[in-house]
Amino acid sequence: MATTVGFVVGLVVNPVAGLGGTAGLKGSDGAEVQRAALAAGATPRSGERAARAVRALLAARPGVRLVTVPGAMGEDSARAAGASPGLVRLARPAAPTTTAADTRAAVLALRDVDLLLFAGGDGTARDVLDAVRELGGQAPPVLGVPAGVKVYSGCFAVGPAAAGELAGLWTSGATVEAEVVDLDEDRYRQGRVSPRLYGVLRVPAARTRLSGRKTGSAAAAPGTVEGIAREVVSRMRPGVPYILGPGATTQAVGRALGLATTLLGVDVVRDGRIVAADVAERELAGLAGGAVLVLSVIGGQGFVLGRGNQQISPRVLSRTGGLLVLATQQKLAALGGRPLLVDTGDEDTDRKLSGHVQVITGYRESTIYRMETT
Amino acid sequence: MSELAERTNKHSTGESFAEPHGQLPVRPKPPLRRFHQARWDEPIIFELSRPGRRGIAVPEPGAPEVELPEAVRRAQPPRLPELSQPHVLRHYLRLSQENLGADLNVDVGQGTCTMKYSPKVNDRFAAEVAELHPAQPVDTVQGVLEIYHRLERMLAEISGMARVSLQPGSGSAAIYANVAMIRAYHASRGEGHRDQVITTLFSHPSNAACAKTAGYEIVTLMPDADGYPDIEALKAAIGPRTAALMITNPEDTGIFNPRIKEFVDLVHSVGGLACYDQANANGILGITRARDAGFDLGHFNLHKTFSTPHACGGPAAGACGVSEALAPFLPGPVVTFDGTSYGLETPERSIGKIRPGLGVTPNIVRAYAWIMALGAEGLRAVAETAALNNNYLMSRVLRIPGTSAPWDKRRIEQVRYSWRELSEETGVHSEEIGVRAADFGVHYWTSHHPHVVPEPFTLEPTESYSKEDLDEYAAILAHVADEARRDPAFVKGAPYNQTIHKIDPTPLDDPKQWAPTWRAYVRKHLG
Ligand SMILES: Cc1ncc(COP(=O)(O)O)c(C=O)c1O
Repeated sequence: MATTVGFVVGLVVNPVAGLGGTAGLKGSDGAEVQRAALAAGATPRSGERAARAVRALLAARPGVRLVTVPGAMGEDSARAAGASPGLVRLARPAAPTTTAADTRAAVLALRDVDLLLFAGGDGTARDVLDAVRELGGQAPPVLGVPAGVKVYSGCFAVGPAAAGELAGLWTSGATVEAEVVDLDEDRYRQGRVSPRLYGVLRVPAARTRLSGRKTGSAAAAPGTVEGIAREVVSRMRPGVPYILGPGATTQAVGRALGLATTLLGVDVVRDGRIVAADVAERELAGLAGGAVLVLSVIGGQGFVLGRGNQQISPRVLSRTGGLLVLATQQKLAALGGRPLLVDTGDEDTDRKLSGHVQVITGYRESTIYRMETT
Repeated sequence: MSELAERTNKHSTGESFAEPHGQLPVRPKPPLRRFHQARWDEPIIFELSRPGRRGIAVPEPGAPEVELPEAVRRAQPPRLPELSQPHVLRHYLRLSQENLGADLNVDVGQGTCTMKYSPKVNDRFAAEVAELHPAQPVDTVQGVLEIYHRLERMLAEISGMARVSLQPGSGSAAIYANVAMIRAYHASRGEGHRDQVITTLFSHPSNAACAKTAGYEIVTLMPDADGYPDIEALKAAIGPRTAALMITNPEDTGIFNPRIKEFVDLVHSVGGLACYDQANANGILGITRARDAGFDLGHFNLHKTFSTPHACGGPAAGACGVSEALAPFLPGPVVTFDGTSYGLETPERSIGKIRPGLGVTPNIVRAYAWIMALGAEGLRAVAETAALNNNYLMSRVLRIPGTSAPWDKRRIEQVRYSWRELSEETGVHSEEIGVRAADFGVHYWTSHHPHVVPEPFTLEPTESYSKEDLDEYAAILAHVADEARRDPAFVKGAPYNQTIHKIDPTPLDDPKQWAPTWRAYVRKHLG
């Protein structure tokens, strides 16, 4: 894996990420929004943020080798930061207004690096995720440089410099899974926060043990999620169905049981076996009698129910017999005191669910946390 | 001036902290102290060893020569380094120049550690007992036992508790003793099923860690919108599984929980015990007492509140105080007094020993001497001065643009501040500001994890520091904040004046590389 000698960092910049932000457009997905933003006088900022990350990378690891793609998708930022990057030419050079396909192509072209830095927002993270899926086991670990309007995914460092620094100081090769979430921008513009989990990316493990080094990604230290999964498994009782919601944490529960559960869907397990995988609301309602729900907190807003897991409807909830909420302490701390949220579409159900809930934060560790309706 | 020194001082526009020199014919000093730590590249003492080299301890004149009985003699000499006396002296003096010790700097940055001055006169008393043997017959140690007894009574009075044990060698050891007593108490009543300990996010994490080590499940309460532990969360947490609430107050934010008695009562209402981590007692001595709020047990850190040295994580000294009901479970032995002589006794249901012998006796003597020098009024004056110093420093720190103290509450003896605003503006993190401050001969600690207060730093000035000391400390922070705005990369590149510039922290995360002793180092790294 990553060694100090000959460590190669790749860089991909989504030049239009963050365009909509300054124009108050709550996102930059789609050519139309980008045009509107440019018309409103928005200036692209992701290139400059990527350059900041590269500067921090060079400071943290002088002599590091950088490879990227020509032009605004990487080269310009690298040069602005004083680096002389190796260049990988794309089969089909990107047009000035780049698209998701360009991001994917760039990631595929840079597949051989030890670590891939990408600058953008949650939308860019989704494109990177698509490419990583295509590469399968050959995909490098990645780390996001926050440069978009929406940056809720766990694969981003806390700031551009932090991303560069973490990339530079990361010598252990240890990685953790980080969730890629994205909001539906159309709904977001209508004032509805609707995050969805799209998948997980492998990111460098942050050194949280070191006092105050906030150079990590939002992901937790290695082992934390496994501890949570162990706790859930230790609470499982024979004969009781468990409904595992979407998410990397709930998937870790499946893993701890030796099961390949779905990352993005809802599964039902009982007595160490998958009873139903990736179920829709109707089937779930039929299986929910006396079941215990196992849900993780989605994204940065604290949603537990009603976003990305609408299969778990008020009807399903009325039949279940218990609820386990999972989150790392870091995720709770990142809420900055804001409550966990439920929005099932049924006021009565929401009211019944609100109050203080026990959130499992580790093996034999939990936190009592407020859950409220939106 | 070297290039580096020039660079280091290029932003020396900090506010002046020094009093004007008036007419005195002294050269004016720069507004901020210039400081540079020594670098000796000193080897580890084992590497300095040469066969046959030795120092000589001259015996006391007239001391009888004692032949050690065969049975207690080593078959092999211990594997200690062989050095001459000047080599030893030089070695440790050099090491001492390579750190920022408590006697060297304005040590207010180790918030929650209460880095007060350890009066040197008390070392002289401590030296008197340094050579006692822990197994000496009690009739030969009556004086020391009297000090134990008196200190126990004093700490019982200060906390309101019935009995006290002075055996633990650190705060965490005392906390572990507390958990062990909680477990033994419930077991003795057939309530061993109580398997949860409740704590708060801003209580010292040793409470959660010790309870978990002792087999408990940990339930943590988060702060509410006012920064207090959420009492509604406590109501949701308590139940038949509750063994105890283990809580610090004031918490590591410096905020005192005014509803603490309600917390205690709620836990009692379900049959749990209330345990008070009183290591943050420096601002409440003589003002409020654990037992008066209904706590069943708790501990003090003698090395924080009662002035004994911290000793790098031990040997320090902890003191566990308990109510009458828990006295039979105290670690043993405890000192007894029958009106004429002192003895030792292990309580009937004792959890056993927390540390060999009677604990760290020199620190017991120091703490005793410190209290005796102050008297009861003096202790209260300590608390009031510590709170005054803290609130003065807070007013100075909050004048620095980019700082804040979340929750906007009065603080007792420490404050967890935030550089969030400055960090968002400049990209410089709290830890980096703290490291740059070390270039001026001070330092600070950020916070436990997770960082609920973003970009945190925690300051606790105690009663030991003067107004000028606190002004100097605040001026250094103001200066570094200013540097962060002008040249963030420069602050991120710090330190410039330290023994070691930057370390690669990766090995700290890798247990495979840890070598806590020379022997482990040789085995792991030299093969
Ligand atoms: C409130 C509190 N409790 C417990 C401890 C742990 O004490 P020790 O470091 O001696 O183990 C500390 C240490 O500073 C503390 O601040």
